[in-house]
Formats: sequence, C-alpha cells, structure tokens
Amino acid sequence: MNDSEQPGVAPENGPARSADPAGGPSADVLARAAQEAARVQEPAAPADDTVTAAQSAATASTTVEVAEANPLRDPRDKRLPRVAGPCVLVIFGVTGDLARRKLLPAIYDLGNRGLLPPGFSLVGFARRDWAAQDFAKITHDAVKEHARTPFREEVWKQICEGLHFVPGAFDDDGAFDALAMVLKEIDETRGTGGNYAFYTSTPPKFFPVIIEQLKRTGLHKPPPGAWRRIVIEKPFGHDLKSAQELNAVVDSAFKPDSVFRIDHYLGKETVQNILALRFANTLWEPIWNRGYVDHVQITMAEDIGVGGRAGYYDGIGAARDVIQNHLLQLMALVAMEDPTAFGAAALRREKEKVLEAVTLPENLDLATAIGQYTAGWQGGVPVKGFVEEEGIPPDSRTETYAAVKLEIANRRWAGVPFYLRTGKRLARRMTEVAVVFQRAPHLPFSKTDTEILGQNALVIRIQPDEGITVRFGSKVPGTAMEVRDVNMDFAYGEAFLESSPEAYERLLLDVLIGDPPLFPHQREVELQWMILDPIEEFWAQSGRRPEGYPAGTGGPASADEMMARDGRVWRRL
Amino acid sequence: MTSFLMGSTTASEIAAQLTRLRHQVGAPAVGMVLTVVVVCDESHQYDAVRAVSEASREHPSRILAVVPREREEATRLDAEIRVGELTTGEVVLLRLYGELTEHADSVLAPLLLTDIPVVVWWPGEAPEAPGKDPVGVYGQRRVTDARSAPDGVAAIKSRIHGYTPGDTDLAWTRITPWRSLLAAAFDQPVGKVLDGYVEAEAGHPSAHLLAVWLSGKLDAPIRVTESKGPGLTAVRLRVQDGEVAVERHDSRTATLKRPGQPDRQVALARRPTADLLAEELRRLDPDEVYEETIRGVAAGFDGS
Repeated sequence: MNDSEQPGVAPENGPARSADPAGGPSADVLARAAQEAARVQEPAAPADDTVTAAQSAATASTTVEVAEANPLRDPRDKRLPRVAGPCVLVIFGVTGDLARRKLLPAIYDLGNRGLLPPGFSLVGFARRDWAAQDFAKITHDAVKEHARTPFREEVWKQICEGLHFVPGAFDDDGAFDALAMVLKEIDETRGTGGNYAFYTSTPPKFFPVIIEQLKRTGLHKPPPGAWRRIVIEKPFGHDLKSAQELNAVVDSAFKPDSVFRIDHYLGKETVQNILALRFANTLWEPIWNRGYVDHVQITMAEDIGVGGRAGYYDGIGAARDVIQNHLLQLMALVAMEDPTAFGAAALRREKEKVLEAVTLPENLDLATAIGQYTAGWQGGVPVKGFVEEEGIPPDSRTETYAAVKLEIANRRWAGVPFYLRTGKRLARRMTEVAVVFQRAPHLPFSKTDTEILGQNALVIRIQPDEGITVRFGSKVPGTAMEVRDVNMDFAYGEAFLESSPEAYERLLLDVLIGDPPLFPHQREVELQWMILDPIEEFWAQSGRRPEGYPAGTGGPASADEMMARDGRVWRRL
Repeated sequence: MTSFLMGSTTASEIAAQLTRLRHQVGAPAVGMVLTVVVVCDESHQYDAVRAVSEASREHPSRILAVVPREREEATRLDAEIRVGELTTGEVVLLRLYGELTEHADSVLAPLLLTDIPVVVWWPGEAPEAPGKDPVGVYGQRRVTDARSAPDGVAAIKSRIHGYTPGDTDLAWTRITPWRSLLAAAFDQPVGKVLDGYVEAEAGHPSAHLLAVWLSGKLDAPIRVTESKGPGLTAVRLRVQDGEVAVERHDSRTATLKRPGQPDRQVALARRPTADLLAEELRRLDPDEVYEETIRGVAAGFDGS
C-alpha cells in the first residue's frame, strides 16, 4: 500500500503548521475559564440550547470544547469524572522498561477508575517478532505486577479487546505503513474516530526518524474533527541548540498545543500540591520573600547508580539530566509570582518570567561543585564507582553530582540564593525543596538557652512520602529554659489515604482529554538551557574534573565548602 | 485490633479512654480528616461499621456508631472502642438504652473531632428530614439510603420534602458509573434524544433517579420499565438515526451501542457499600444536581 490509498491524508511535504486550527484544543484558556464562569452563574441553561451547541460542535470531536457542550455534563456535577473521548494510544518502544513498569499499568489504572473511553485502543510498536497475543501477555503481566489498583477481570477484558501490536523498526517504511493500516482498521471496528496519541517511549535519538515516518504516512495530520497528539519524554536536547533542533523537528509535524512534554519526575499532582500550598493559604505569602527567607535549597538525591542508563548518561551528567529540567522547574514553581489563573497559559507566563530573572553568580568556580561517585557502601551494600560501571569509560569526566548556586533578580528574591543539588549514589533517595528562614532578629533568651536552635524552615517533601514539614523552635519540657528545633509534619498519604494517581496516569489522561499540560513548553525548556549552558561551558573550559565522593555519602567535599563560604550548610540527606 | 468494652459509661469517660489509647500506641490522632456518625439498629450495625471502616482507608476517620436499644430498659450508655488494624482511625460503638435513645446528640457532641467535618449516615431507616434530626444537624453531609426503605421508590420520591443542602442518598451514588459512562457516550455528539427508557428490577429507586436526571438534561421523556435485574440492566435512548444504549446483564460488564459504530464492552460493575461511601466522603459540598433530580422524581417527571 502507499500513501495515496489513504483518503484524507496529506502529502508528505504538507506544511504541518497550516493544519486546521479548529482541530485541536487551541482555544484560549482564559476565554474558556470565562465561559465556565458564565455557565456557573447560569445553571439553568435550557437543555435545548446545550443540545444545539453539541450538534454545532459536531465537526470537532472529543476536544475539551465538545465535552463542554455535552448536555449530560454539568460543572456542578462533581461526581462525574473527566473521561477521555474515543481514541487510540500508540506507544513506540513498548518493550522498554518504562512502558512495562509505568505506562501499561497506568493505562490499566485509568481503566479501572472508569476514565478510559469505551472503544479505547492501545497499539504497541516495537522491534519484536511478536503476535498480538504475545503483546497481550506482556501487558497482562506488566499490569498484574505494577498496577496501583487491584486487578479486575472485567476491566482487563475491556482493555484487552483494544490491544494491537505492530512489529518493526523505526526506519522500516513497511512497518509504519502497517501501523497506518492498523489504525484505520481500529477506527472502523472500534469507533475511535481518527483520534491518535503517539507516545515516544524511546531514546531521544529516535524522535526525528519517528516523526519523519509519521509525516511520511500522514499520521501526524488529523482529518477534520479529529486530533493527533504526541508525547515526548525528557531529555529535551542536551543544550539550547539541540533543544531548538529537536523542537524544530517536532514542530514540523505537530502544533505546539498537540505536543506534550513529560518530565515524569515532576508529576502534575506535585505541581498542584505546591500551587495549593503557596496560593490557597495566607500563612506563607507574607514571609515568602527576601525579608524573611534566608535561602532556598532544592535537592534531588538518588541512591541508585547509573545502572542501565550508562550509555545515555556518560557525557550528559547530573546537571543536564536533573538540574536543567526538574530542579529548575521546582525552583520556578517555588519562586514565581501568583498566576492570574490556574490554566496552563497563565502558569507558564509566571514560570517564564521567573526563569528569565535567574542570574548566575559572577564566579562560577566558587558557586558550583561537581562530583563523581567512587566505590563505597550504599545502604549496607558494596557498590561500584562510576567509572567502574559497565559502559562507562575509565577516564570519564561526566559528573554524577552537581550543585549550583543561582539568584533571582527581582524585588521578591534579590539577594536570596537558591542552591540546587542533585546526585547519584548518595546516602538516600530524597527530593525536597527547603525554604530556610532567617534567624529571629532578636532572641530574648540567654545565649545558652537557644544554643542549639537552628533556623526555621518550611520543607516541601516531594519524594518519597510527599508532604510538608515545618521546622521551628520549641521549649524542651522541664524546669530549664531550653529551646530546640522540632518538626511538624504533614503527609499527603496520611490525610488522604487514597494514594494519589501516578504521574503517568495524570499525564496520559491529560493527553487523551487534550487538557493543556502543566508540563514545560518549548520556551521554558529553552530558558532553562540558557541558565545551564554557561555553567556547562564553564566546567568544560576550566577543565575541572569532578571530585570523587564515596558512594552512599552526602556528596563531594567541594559542595560543602561552597556552602560554607556563604556561612550555610546543606540539609542532611 | 484492640477492643475495649465500657458498660454504663459517659461520653467524657469514652473521650478520656480514646486519648489514653492513643498515647499508649504513641500515635496521636493526626491525619484524621472526618468524623463519621452511623445511626443504625443492631441488625445493620456489623455491615455498616465494616463498610465505613473500609471507606476510612481512603478517609481516615473517627467512626461513631449510634445503636439505639431497648427504650423500656433503665437509661444507660454502653460503649465499645476499637482501635487498630481493621481501621485506620477509631471506631466507637455506642449503645443507648432507655430515655437516652432520645438524646443521642448529647452523647455525640463531646466525641466529635473538633474543626473537621462530620458526616452522618443512616444505613437503614432514616429520619424524614435528616437536616433537622438532632444527630443530623451535626453533619455537613447527611447520607441516607432509599434502597433499605420498605418502599425504596416512595422513599426517594419523598426525599425532597425533608431536603436540606448537604443531604444525599446512596441510591444516587450507585448510578455514578452509569452517569459517567452515558456522559462519555455523549462526548461525541449524537444529536437530539427523542425519548428513551431505563430498565431495572422492580422497585429500584436508582432507576428513577437516572431516568429523571437523563430527561432533565436531555429534555426528552425517559420512562422506567421493569426487568429481571439485577439492579439496573439497561438505558436506551432513541435518537434520529438509531439508538444509544447501555446494556448490562451480569452486573459486571456492559455493552455500549451507538448508531453507526461497533458495539463496545465496558466494565460497569456494581459497587460495594464501602466504595459508595468513599465516593460520598470525597466531596462534602452540597450536591445540587442530586437536589434537582429528587425534585424531579417527586414531581413524577419519569412518567411512572
């Protein structure tokens, strides 16, 4: 078969940017919010009107707009979950670890919670000589082993009905032609209406060829009334230039609103938790500024080594892998001003503003630290050093630990340093944002009373055991006056026992519904590279070798010295 | 699980015992997000407390079960405290005798957790106006269950007369998966619905709620017809070019039919009471859509 057999498919050189603007959920978020507000004020809209609205929207199926025109949906009816419209999810690289451990279980969990549309179909694409039942078996096992919700036969049956597998390599034209045919067939047998989401669960080097193939087969271009979306995983390039190149490739096929970039470390749930903490309370805002905050520490520590990612990791390093995306996103969320609304657009504007205001210290030598783990004991187990790991050259200069000091040049944060650190094979796994406050300007106690009193802190714990810790001084019971640091703890898992949905569940649902993602857009990705690129350049030019630190410890000594120069210390891991 | 029996006791002794137990375990009552009061007779007690305990895995709660006993006996309060493995929070069974059966509120008041919402659930017989009931007034949310009434349909039809915002009924909770599936079916426009019917076993209050909800939203006459069950078995809506239908025969899997599209199987299982309660506890604001629907049921819009 060839392209010309497929009706409604664009020629391969068709300019993607000119795609029908009504095809995707491109409506302005603000306008939609206004619409919603109007709807709330006017609950008794005659049913006739809504039905007509639904009919008039009949050309654009299963976008957020149409869902809103649905007569059975009512903003006041909070029991009804948002369910995706009929669609197909295509996963490239479905045999990978991520797909088995996260994506396939997440799909089942969505189904189990009744959030998958009737007729939902899943197409696996990978270079395996599998038949459909082999794929079903793998999916079944993956779900049984990793799903968050209990296994129920009827849900599995529903998902199993829509499972398909297309074997082939990414450069194999025949395989993609077969994929196009399978998708067309699914549209006919399952009523999925030409709505496809493509998930590239592959190393980034395959993105261009996959997107080229989608363009060649015309799969990137939705027929009128349908949508096509693509999900790409971090890393989004390895510097500004490559990020722009990657974007150009994606951009040539998909509209910006149809591109979903996922940073799975930073789930939507976490983002929303931080937003709720900061903007739903009055407690923190008055002290959330240079008047009270001494400094901010943002940490992502991992206890594992590079393991199976050696091939990718060597030459990339901790800063590009984690600081560029994850830590800078956390920093933006913690430091940004309040958005005008909680739509993706308003949020993005504020994050971009604060990222633009980030400045680097003048002397990068004194304000950064890099390290590389050496053999040691990690949690009672002897482990190899980085250069002894399989696939890492013995003279590798890739850093496995990086710490940087950044500042934000605006009225709220001038003079407040933000310390970002990340590393592998550290003492334990932990991701947190610690806002450390200044000492009380005057202590009406004798010096001995408050000798061991530290600084107040608000810690946003992200992993593991998401929650919030407040540290403050309290009197030790007894006749002597002694003030000591105590912790007040709040854990999401304790107050709301229903484990919050996995990042992937939220993301997949957003993709299928077409909800504008809270995940970084290209502009943010570029701004984040603009912050990191000069640091990487400095490290490369200065010829600095990463300092060794024994596995299972808190990082290299130079990182502690970097803090000590400022009269501060890292929080213990 | 640790269980303590306290005969002829008072609310303040119970409160003191709860505090003592908590200190012993070393876990203060952090994280409890609700007080759930269950008002029921002895025959409902076991199932009801079990269901709330399960639901409290999602919403850690202090569970207070009020069981009115013999009115003729001498006035007395017996309590049973359960703390530990089966529940994430605390369970207190309160058995009221004699005149105290009329004054359950006086026992409850000191035992409600401060500052956090109270939900009252009547698994069996419910007062006509839950919001005016002496125990019901404590609740942000008052949950009744029309299905346990002798005539479930009559019960749901009379709910509006005693309605206060915050009331809700498990007969309404039971149809959330149906409503959700139907709403999903309408996410793709199907055109104007001309008429339709909801099929269910006889005397099923949820069927009437579903029919009224549909006819209100779709502005079309929707009737209730009888089937062999179990529970709801089908919803059929006639549209210009055919029929949108959901059929369920085995109370687990349903078939969704739409004109011009292949039939599709979807999971649509009947849910245990614990799941229904967990859904109820998730949102504590008044359910306006429920109010509209019971208003419609009372007015007899469903044509039955």
